[in-house]
Amino acid sequence: MSAPNKSLFTPGPRTRARNRAEARFRASGLAAILAALAFLTGLMGIILHDGAPAFRQAFVTLTVELPEERLDPNGNRDPADLARVTTFKYAPLLDAALLRALEEAGAENPFAKAKKLRALLSKGAPAQLRARVLAEPELIGGSLTMRFLASARADGYLKGRVTRESLARERKFTPAHLDVADALLGSGLLESRFNLAFLTGSDASESRPEAAGIGTAALGSLAMMLVVLALALPIGVAASVYLEEFAPQNRLTDLIEVNIANLAAVPSIVFGILGLALFIQFAGLPQSAPLVGGLVLTLMTLPTIIISTRAALRAVPPSIREAALGVGASRMQTVFHHVLPLAMPGILTGTIIGLAQALGETAPLLLIGMIGFVATNPPASPAEAFLAPNSAMPAQIYEWARRADPAWYERAWGGIILLIGFLLAMNLAAILLRRRFERRW
Amino acid sequence: MNNCSQDTKVTAKNVNVWYGDNHAIKDVSVDISDRMVTAFIGPSGCGKSTFLRCLNRMNDTIPTCRVEGELCLDGEDIHDARVDPVELRARVGMVFQKPNPFPKSIYENVAYGPRIHGLARSRAELDEIVEKSLRRAALWDEVKDRLQAPGTGLSGGQQQRLCIARAVATGPEVLLMDEPASALDPIATAQIEELIDELGRSIAVVIVTHSMQQAARVSQRTAFFHLGDLVEYGETDQIFTNPADSRTEAYITGRIG
Amino acid sequence: MPASSLLPILAALAALGFVAGRRRALSLAGGDARGLHSLPAHYGAEVALFTLLPALALLALWSLATPLAVNHLVAGEFPAETRAEPGAMSLAMSDIRRLAAEPDAGQGSAGQGTRAASLQEAARLYSTLRARASGLASLTVLLTALAGLGYALWRIHPRRRARSHVEAILESLLIGAATLAILTTLGIVASMLSGTIEFFRLYPAGDFFFGTIWAPSFGGGSRLGILPLLWGTLYISLIALAVAVPIGLFAAIYLSEYASPAARALLKPLLELLAGIPTIVYGLLALVTVGPALARVFGDEGLGWMQGASAAITAGLVMGGMLIPFVSSLSDDILNAVPQALRDGSLGLGATRSETLRLVVLPAALPGIVGAILLAASRAIGETMIVVMGAGAAARLSLNPFDAMTTITAKIVSQLTGDADFASAEALVAFALGMTLFVLTLGLNVLALHVVRKYREQYE
Repeated sequence: MSAPNKSLFTPGPRTRARNRAEARFRASGLAAILAALAFLTGLMGIILHDGAPAFRQAFVTLTVELPEERLDPNGNRDPADLARVTTFKYAPLLDAALLRALEEAGAENPFAKAKKLRALLSKGAPAQLRARVLAEPELIGGSLTMRFLASARADGYLKGRVTRESLARERKFTPAHLDVADALLGSGLLESRFNLAFLTGSDASESRPEAAGIGTAALGSLAMMLVVLALALPIGVAASVYLEEFAPQNRLTDLIEVNIANLAAVPSIVFGILGLALFIQFAGLPQSAPLVGGLVLTLMTLPTIIISTRAALRAVPPSIREAALGVGASRMQTVFHHVLPLAMPGILTGTIIGLAQALGETAPLLLIGMIGFVATNPPASPAEAFLAPNSAMPAQIYEWARRADPAWYERAWGGIILLIGFLLAMNLAAILLRRRFERRW
Repeated sequence: MNNCSQDTKVTAKNVNVWYGDNHAIKDVSVDISDRMVTAFIGPSGCGKSTFLRCLNRMNDTIPTCRVEGELCLDGEDIHDARVDPVELRARVGMVFQKPNPFPKSIYENVAYGPRIHGLARSRAELDEIVEKSLRRAALWDEVKDRLQAPGTGLSGGQQQRLCIARAVATGPEVLLMDEPASALDPIATAQIEELIDELGRSIAVVIVTHSMQQAARVSQRTAFFHLGDLVEYGETDQIFTNPADSRTEAYITGRIG
Repeated sequence: MPASSLLPILAALAALGFVAGRRRALSLAGGDARGLHSLPAHYGAEVALFTLLPALALLALWSLATPLAVNHLVAGEFPAETRAEPGAMSLAMSDIRRLAAEPDAGQGSAGQGTRAASLQEAARLYSTLRARASGLASLTVLLTALAGLGYALWRIHPRRRARSHVEAILESLLIGAATLAILTTLGIVASMLSGTIEFFRLYPAGDFFFGTIWAPSFGGGSRLGILPLLWGTLYISLIALAVAVPIGLFAAIYLSEYASPAARALLKPLLELLAGIPTIVYGLLALVTVGPALARVFGDEGLGWMQGASAAITAGLVMGGMLIPFVSSLSDDILNAVPQALRDGSLGLGATRSETLRLVVLPAALPGIVGAILLAASRAIGETMIVVMGAGAAARLSLNPFDAMTTITAKIVSQLTGDADFASAEALVAFALGMTLFVLTLGLNVLALHVVRKYREQYE
């Protein structure tokens, strides 16, 4: 036994040792928290650092001569004739314009041919010029000052991603191109601007990362979320109302409970297989369609929504039900007139969180074919938004990441900034909703 | 600086306790004598349990709780920066309202305190401490054949005696008991009261109770708390037969509470 | 008529039924709603439901049955030997569907000669049958809706218990919604089972479950043993858990036992934020950042242990980071379920906080924490994007964490998104892999949920 009259003021050696153990334990807890926070900060830092450049893009402003003899040999401005002139005819015009711009900047063309300068511009630049000319045939014969997309390499040079060293082994885009870029930078013709096309545009072919945008994929995601909302919310609420308010204690109810708990933990890829086999192979719905993606995500999100809806229903105190039943309302009336309205904020919070989860899900989308093609055009009609092949934001990000080029990685991280922005906004909405309508009984 | 008197076991001077903004204990001063049972009585929410938890600094574990004033054990201020609450609690043990045996065997429950404080040098010594503590808690005969059975499998009264055995195993000089019999039936209550009486002969026992009869039966001195104030403190006989304060009388005769 | 134009018509009919039913009930009661058993709206709702539900049920049944019937009829056109050959029929059917969708596309892909011709023929039959079925369906569905409307209107009577009827129908709809959970599970099993059975007809089950080599080749002669994939899955999951469990558990301990309320209020949402980040982000992190960083340290320029950026350790570390908030929030719940009385009992005896935790709280919480770890393991085994992007593609039985490995989920993706034809063993194996994954995670989930539930009951 401890010495009875030992002073409290002089802790024994054992106490000191125990306190050191206590301090160590506490420090390891703190270290774990710090490790988790470091991971979070590191992740956010990488996302912002690597993704932010996607929102800026290099453009070259050029004055292009549009000689009639090349673009409209018949001289009649007939749209059909004009459309027959391909981008091949437009490309040399750009070369000439670049050469002129270089002369004005007081620099020499370091290449034997003007054609080599073209690597500074996006491969889509001739098409950009042609589309403008076809839209305004009256421009032919004059000259046009227009802003063209710079190539991904030139863009990367402005962003510090491309350096003279990193170009040592490239053939198409050489350090000499960087000298040209410097000259154009000096004269203000090459500049970096906010890249609206990234937010609104569509995917581009593999050789034109500078032209790719996430807008079309975001529309695909939006269409899927609408499907999920339209199906998962009513079905989830109906299932929860039954289980919480009506279900008797029997085998069927138990079976449903077990199924919901398990479905919430089934790997998402399994839902992808289900979607492929059920919706595409069996029901014959179109592959890569946001409708199918929405259906798969609905099945995947339902357990989450049901679990949170049931919690919200359970939080409504029994006294409310008793009060309604007491004045002669039926059980159905009690639920729909009193319980559901009171539980609504909780239900909506759970639904938003379920939607956020669905928005970020990728794996099942791979199996129903929302990757592997280039969705270059936004959907033309509301029906097409649901039924025509499209991508979704996470699938588009995956697709870009597979293209294995730093310029594409930048797009992928940029897409992630947008995706996480949406998710944060949804979670914030859920939190605000909960705060605003939080009720204490 | 030390104003504490030397002849009593625990001295409290002008103790104030706040829970957040709630002033739970107001200027309470009490001397608790060694080898005696002291009872704290009063209506619910009067602060008697809060005050009890100050005596071994259990209130430290509640983040919003703030204690001011002077509390001394053997003349040493327990809030002194040099005092380790862990050592203090080894000397001032506590038994709670609801029996809270650990989900371990009966033996491990009693051996827990001696183990963490390193009171036994060998297994044999530990066995001895466990047996002695169980005997002091009048539980030995009932459990000696099933020391390895889980403590949670005992009846409510047995669980509470196990908790008392667990508390006395560390050899405390003061034992704080927070309504130790309120969750028990009358027979178990009688056993616990007998135990308190027995323990009060060797150490200082402080018991918080709702039941005035219990206070009258087991304690030598009684303190009556009301709304955070210590209304009256004195010999139990005197408090119950001839209270000085009208509030004490009102409580004892059942008019408040 | 496609469903998209049929549905608005049905909705309009139902609305019409509601108004008509309500009006008829009121007029039968002489314009005074008090003469009715139920509210006028209940009579309207009953008519609307009678209009809508049988028609919708018929439509659903028809959409399910049409593909089966049409496929059967089209298949009847093929010779018996084609039908008997495993896989050949489903291959032909997918060609037919494609041809029916875009008749001009057939020339190149479906091949030449008699096969192409017979396929074109079948595709035409297929299109005709589908069109005919669709027309017939629209007509029947509309007639059913009208019949339901008429019947319900005719049955309206002031003493009719319309409210009970409507509520009974509503309740069965609610039951239907709840049963969807069972149907989903059945759907998952059924969709994978048929593919799995088909696969085992093409490839022996013994070789699949016990084969140690995974080498699919689209020219035939594939070796499709699951063991290297299973090994990769478990090994990567183990690395992930080795990262996530200690950090997650200690973070939960710190949050629930040490952190001040203010710190807790700040840290908990931050950890939850980590849990809400989509897996594609972690996948990209593994592919672009963590893999190359590890390769710099352990690769050829560094210690020379690593061949490429994709390796088990890359995926494992990132997955571990992903699982930290999952483990910590589950453990936090579980630690909070341990009654405060136990902590008080221990602290009251003079135990330090860490002693209380190690000797009392953690042992009491152990079953719950084991359950949480099992759930995390199930998460790790089913995780797809991180391994697809970070683990590599080579299936190998290796103990070296710096080797590239691959997992069941990654191979499901690659076998089903490649160019393989859906009827070949190389594609069908994905269903067998999916089935294995489903059974594996289901087992873990059931076990974990059972353990956690038992644990919670103990303290309720």
